[in-house]
Amino acid sequence: MLTVTDLSIRFERYDRGLTRTVLTPVHHLDLDIGPGEIVAVIGASGSGKSLLAHAVLGILPDNCRVDGEIRFKGDPLTPARQKALRGREMVLVPQSVGFLNPLKNVGAQVRRAAILGGAAGRDAPGITDAAFARYGLAPAVQALFPFQVSGGMARRVLTATATVGRADLIVADEPTTGLDQEAAQQSMAFLRSLADEGRSVMVISHDLSAVVPVADRVAVFLSGTTVEGAPAGSFNGQPEALRHPYSRDMWRALPGHGFDPGPDRAAGPTWSEGEADGCPYVRRCARADAACADTFPPKRHFGRDFVRCRHA
Amino acid sequence: MLEARGVGHRHGRNGPWVVREVDLTVAPGEVVGLFGPSGAGKTTLGNILGGYLAPEAGAVFVDGAPLPRRGYLPVQCIHQHPELAVNPRWPLSRTLREAWSPPEALLGALGILPGWLGRYPHELSGGELQRLVVARALGPKTRYLVADEMTVMLDALTQARLWRTVMDHCRERGVGMLVISHDVALLSRVCSRTISL
Repeated sequence: MLTVTDLSIRFERYDRGLTRTVLTPVHHLDLDIGPGEIVAVIGASGSGKSLLAHAVLGILPDNCRVDGEIRFKGDPLTPARQKALRGREMVLVPQSVGFLNPLKNVGAQVRRAAILGGAAGRDAPGITDAAFARYGLAPAVQALFPFQVSGGMARRVLTATATVGRADLIVADEPTTGLDQEAAQQSMAFLRSLADEGRSVMVISHDLSAVVPVADRVAVFLSGTTVEGAPAGSFNGQPEALRHPYSRDMWRALPGHGFDPGPDRAAGPTWSEGEADGCPYVRRCARADAACADTFPPKRHFGRDFVRCRHA
Repeated sequence: MLEARGVGHRHGRNGPWVVREVDLTVAPGEVVGLFGPSGAGKTTLGNILGGYLAPEAGAVFVDGAPLPRRGYLPVQCIHQHPELAVNPRWPLSRTLREAWSPPEALLGALGILPGWLGRYPHELSGGELQRLVVARALGPKTRYLVADEMTVMLDALTQARLWRTVMDHCRERGVGMLVISHDVALLSRVCSRTISL
């Protein structure tokens, strides 16, 4: 359904006069989502997860350059095709509740999404009622404006706008933040039922306990690249089921496991900008050696799984 | 002591009560969790404690006196959505130093890279922005911190590291914290007691 190959995203900026700075927050990124599949995208803050979502939908800011290939249903996604398909065949649940229109009540926003998604105008209110009921929102909530609803309610409204249509690809950027455990599970269960109808879902999340049980596969991001692709089941057992040292450290840092922030080897951030030469985890990795600092780790495949680590 | 006495709030004169008759205290240096289903009024209560909303009923007191109306507020909020808590037209260096100049060591401990400061909010991720927002709120005049879903936008490793830094900072300075979260595992890690709404 969606295949991303060797994607890179660059921000270009003019500082003072004609001095140009280029940031490359995403590079060497590969991702593959089949029909009927939920792929959970997890990884460090700032590793480019939301940028990937925005690149797929074609809504990056103007000062961005995208290289590499994104294919949807077999054909490359050009800007024109993205514009034609988004909101209809592919939809986004945005991360920021700032994506809601502050001047329209939330019910009207879901009705509009239903019509964009192909529903007839007279059916839209019924579809909207059903969507609100599905996410545990009272009918009275439809008349509220975004500033009157809580963070978790706004999150459910955003998810409702994306799921009322007939889109084949749903990109959900943190759909469970701000939700209590029960609401989060319901929201994920509905995404699962959409996937079981043959649609594809990409879920970006830090909430592993909500996402991993319903996902089929997990893609682990670190500083703009995919360092591991694994079946979702690997996150259920012991950290040794994961191949990349970063994935294992992340497993151990969960509040339910060890809450262990990891060794403070470099006493700095997880990665630093402009280190694209070596492995992105070299400064914190227990197994790093001199070669890790110099060469970008090649992708090693294990069936459909892969890892970017020389030692795994 | 940060105290809410009989605090209530609703949107509009006849709207339903979002928060009703809540009493709550946070002692200096104490870490209290606030838990409840989505829509229970946790954020509204946090905004009242932080002086962003005037409660319809009841009042908030800091060390026995009402919340000051001017100057640096001793209760600082870290909001749930960092992208809505910063000025989109300011470079982040200006946002970060809005209230005080955080020392380099603190920025390092929070994992803030020097390169971020020249950028504008849309050029950082949600989790990166949140770390700047946290640094902004930890000034020397902050006596209480309301952390509303402070780390939901962070990966587990950054989350653990950020909590360690903030908890150390607050323990050293006797800053009291109200931690709003849905994550039971997290609350049981960081809080000495938890209140349900």
